[in-house]
Amino acid sequence: MSVDATTVRRIAHLARIAVGEDEVAPLQGELNAILAFVEQLGAVDVTGVEPMTSVTPMAMKKRVDAVTDGGYAGDIVSNAPETEDHYFLVPKVVE
Amino acid sequence: MTTLNELTLAEARDGLKAKDFSASELTQAHLDAMEKARGLNAYVLETPERALTMANVADTKIAHGEARPLEGIPLGIKDLFCTHGVATTAGSKILEGFQPHYESAVTHNLWRDGAVMLGKLNLDEFAMGSSNETSAYGDTISPWRRQENGKLSDAKLVPGGSSGGSAAAVAAHLCLGATATDTGGSIRQPAAFTGTVGIKPTYGRCSRWGTVAYASSLDQAGPIARTVRDCAILLGSMAGADARDTTCADLPVPDFEAAVSRGVKGLTIGIPKEYRVDGMSAEVQALWDRGAAMLKDAGATVREISLPHTPYALPAYYIVAPAEASSNLARYDGVRYGLRVPGKDIAGMYENTRAAGFGREVKRRIMIGTYVLSAGYYDAYYVRAQKIRTLIKRDFEAAYASGIDAILTPATPSAAFGLGEKGSGDPVEMYLQDVFTITVNMAGLPGLSVPAGLDAQGLPLGLQLIGRPFDEETLFAAAQVIETAAGRTKLPAAWWA
Repeated sequence: MSVDATTVRRIAHLARIAVGEDEVAPLQGELNAILAFVEQLGAVDVTGVEPMTSVTPMAMKKRVDAVTDGGYAGDIVSNAPETEDHYFLVPKVVE
Repeated sequence: MTTLNELTLAEARDGLKAKDFSASELTQAHLDAMEKARGLNAYVLETPERALTMANVADTKIAHGEARPLEGIPLGIKDLFCTHGVATTAGSKILEGFQPHYESAVTHNLWRDGAVMLGKLNLDEFAMGSSNETSAYGDTISPWRRQENGKLSDAKLVPGGSSGGSAAAVAAHLCLGATATDTGGSIRQPAAFTGTVGIKPTYGRCSRWGTVAYASSLDQAGPIARTVRDCAILLGSMAGADARDTTCADLPVPDFEAAVSRGVKGLTIGIPKEYRVDGMSAEVQALWDRGAAMLKDAGATVREISLPHTPYALPAYYIVAPAEASSNLARYDGVRYGLRVPGKDIAGMYENTRAAGFGREVKRRIMIGTYVLSAGYYDAYYVRAQKIRTLIKRDFEAAYASGIDAILTPATPSAAFGLGEKGSGDPVEMYLQDVFTITVNMAGLPGLSVPAGLDAQGLPLGLQLIGRPFDEETLFAAAQVIETAAGRTKLPAAWWA
């Protein structure tokens, strides 16, 4: 399978990465090189094989559903580009 | 006399204990060496004040007879580990200025045991790369150079990646050891390129908590150091159960250092025939044969084995890892930390921020991951790759069930290459660097790279040992046999100082 320029723009939008017109063709070439490389996986017979969901045979650890952390909103927002009163600020979403 | 920064970690530890020198002197020797080696660009951030403060505490502890296991040992930290109050960039512009309010589990364990932080080490952006050339903070230069007609060439070589800063700093004596991470070979390949020892432990041996995520089902932290013993000492402190990482194993940490001198008598070492790839150089083949002979001479049985799905590990990785990366890196959206670039609306802000903040290779992998997870392609790519992963793991399980204790392979297809030499047109050319190491991540196994000799141009070559799950001890024992037989590699000259 290979991707065309329209698909490159669609993937970039899904990935939320702005792509300039001059970047589409090189990206298309690079993505197609990778897709051509992974094409060989089609040759493997995977009938009846379970997909791997856990690399080590262990049960997911669980803990009691309780508040175990928190109380430092100032720390949480301290790295944000824009904040107000311990809230993250974003451009207006709803008019 | 050997200068203090040229000691091994074990020698430094014993010297501190015997009060031959102080932790402050040991740290200062490293800070001086770092200052002279800035041209290598191994450190993205030096933290001399913090280092000297920590060394002072260590000296007090030693004076009071309260030395902890790594008391006063100066280390470099790959800039993928979050460090409290110290900038953490992951080698990316998108995290410029980020100062975590928490400490990664692995570095916390090192400070708990008395180690000293010298600074943060360069890496490929978000650990995506095999040459340290994708870092937003410049290339790291290897301290190694080729020998041409009996003299050192001027051509700059890569230290490998993604833990290129870690490997270069350890090789150039800019720390006694370093933390690193390995998703597809990022500890073992740079260790092989720089004549250092690196181990990627079993998935779940070290907590991933507080380490910037690339591909969560493959990422594992481990040490790079100058000797097998030094690696064993460091892993003993880095590893351990952690409730905050649900995939971190609740297992006690064995005495790795004790395993170093165990020997290989009675062990059976497998040589997988599928690793004899087309185009493998005669030098690498000869190195591999020599490694097998060293283990045999020390009392091991060496037997050829088959791991039939080996050729599919690399392509399957380039579906699984980008898929997980596209999901993990969705968090960099200009809202909670790092860079923000305004846009016409919130989606425009996300798109502009990520376009400006991520480098080429990271964008490529996010886009591949987005594609293979998108509607209509998920089964054909992602589910198929995960099934192949099951087959790769079964190959190893069958080998171990047949009585194999550890597997010996080359670590890399060749010695270090020059800056800008690979992957500029076709990204797959660079991906092939990890052909021998990637199977280990796909199967969650431990893998260790140990220097075993030099190539015709005087550059180090490494061998890889692959073990059973949670049996790093056998790898340390076998690697020590190779280190003893092959001798430690020695840098020709400190041309950068």
